Amino acid sequence: MIQILHTYGSLLTGAMGQTLLLALWGLFFGCILGIVFGLSSVVENKVSNIIAKVYVNIIRGVPMIVLAFFVFYGVPYGIRTILGFKYTLTALQAGTICLALNCGAYMSEIIRAGIQSIDPGQMEAARSLGLSYWRSMFRVVLPQAIKNMIPSIVNQFIITLKDTSILSVIGFPELVNKAQNVIAITFKSFQTWAIVAVMYLIVILLLQQLALALERRLHRDRK
Amino acid sequence: MTANRNNIKIHVKDLKKSFGHNEVLKGISVDIYEGEVVCVIGPSGSGKSTFLRCLNRLEAATAGEVTVDGYHINDKKADINKIRENIGMVFQHFNLFANMNVIDNLTLAPVDLKKATKAEAQEIALKLLETVGLSDKAASYPSQLSGGQKQRVAIARALAMSPDVMLFDEPTSALDPEMVGEVLTVMKQLAKDGMTMVVVTHEMGFAREVADRVLFMDDGVILEEGTPDEIFSNPQNPRTIDFLNKVL
Repeated sequence: MIQILHTYGSLLTGAMGQTLLLALWGLFFGCILGIVFGLSSVVENKVSNIIAKVYVNIIRGVPMIVLAFFVFYGVPYGIRTILGFKYTLTALQAGTICLALNCGAYMSEIIRAGIQSIDPGQMEAARSLGLSYWRSMFRVVLPQAIKNMIPSIVNQFIITLKDTSILSVIGFPELVNKAQNVIAITFKSFQTWAIVAVMYLIVILLLQQLALALERRLHRDRK
Repeated sequence: MTANRNNIKIHVKDLKKSFGHNEVLKGISVDIYEGEVVCVIGPSGSGKSTFLRCLNRLEAATAGEVTVDGYHINDKKADINKIRENIGMVFQHFNLFANMNVIDNLTLAPVDLKKATKAEAQEIALKLLETVGLSDKAASYPSQLSGGQKQRVAIARALAMSPDVMLFDEPTSALDPEMVGEVLTVMKQLAKDGMTMVVVTHEMGFAREVADRVLFMDDGVILEEGTPDEIFSNPQNPRTIDFLNKVL
């Protein structure tokens, strides 16, 4: 095990860097999608409610590995045969799209549920004073809702970080993908996977600590 | 208490409201004058609260006409937010903003809607808290207040926008009995100061003492209206008589 760490340590930490890079991009765009579709599902507008619902249901109903193959192989092939020009995505681009779509769907559900958990009386009181819908949302409803959402959002961040491993199948050089390469050379499957598992564990525990500190701070602000 | 019969503040004509197939208001017509205190009484489910909520379009009417100060509330082109600045509302469950302390609850709307600077709004807020007897609670959060205190803050919050009209939706129904008095005292003072008030209430004592006019509603219509004396001492409609026998 020490030998693997010695020889392939820097390769694996580099791969972890790629994992984190992909996760960050996925989370960034995922959060944007989540906010857009989360708000779309709570506003009083049937069309945007339905669009948000369709998006969430499609993404929830398709395994991410299928989504990854579809975006990376299927879509460029489709464009080539139907539209007739060559189009390719890098593994990072395809991976980011998959992660963002996936993360965005779950985030939008977290945001919808968070907003709907706030007593409608809060919105009514703000509206009755003359505040617009969006001012009421941003000044009164969301500050309360976000506090309730944070544990679920942190949970989703962790899931998205781990989901990057699925994107090894489209050849993105993240941790699992690189670990497979190491095993192919060394045949030391037990040691390598143990090292990889511990690496994930460390990163996620650190992320959790960070989230906990953030949560504590928000609660302190309240008093 | 000092209604000015020449000046109609709220004009309601043939107001109807349905939730799906359920018609809750079946044609309400009433004029409320400047400075008048109107209490709306009636059994649960009679449409009292829905009627009140139609007056500031928290519920959009299905048909009919509502004007406040001459502005048509249900006109799609009406700037409802602007109109609402002038109509204060107090809710059964207080609905204080849980994420803000008392003073911020009072100053949020005036500052946000540019009716006052932060400093002006705070000054007004502190004065209002004094009139409702809660000067010492300015920095408290809603979760630290009793029900009666919350409702007095809610009244002060509505008054911070200096509205012309105040709507009260069963303001004492969610309170412990011993806290009802403190809220009614504040409302009586408001009535004395000449505020136009529409009060949906089960407090018959308050209606009798403070109201200029009492409306009895049942099943989505106003069955009887008159001075408190007429309604409470000499009701005409059998449903009114039946209702009052049960609650008094």
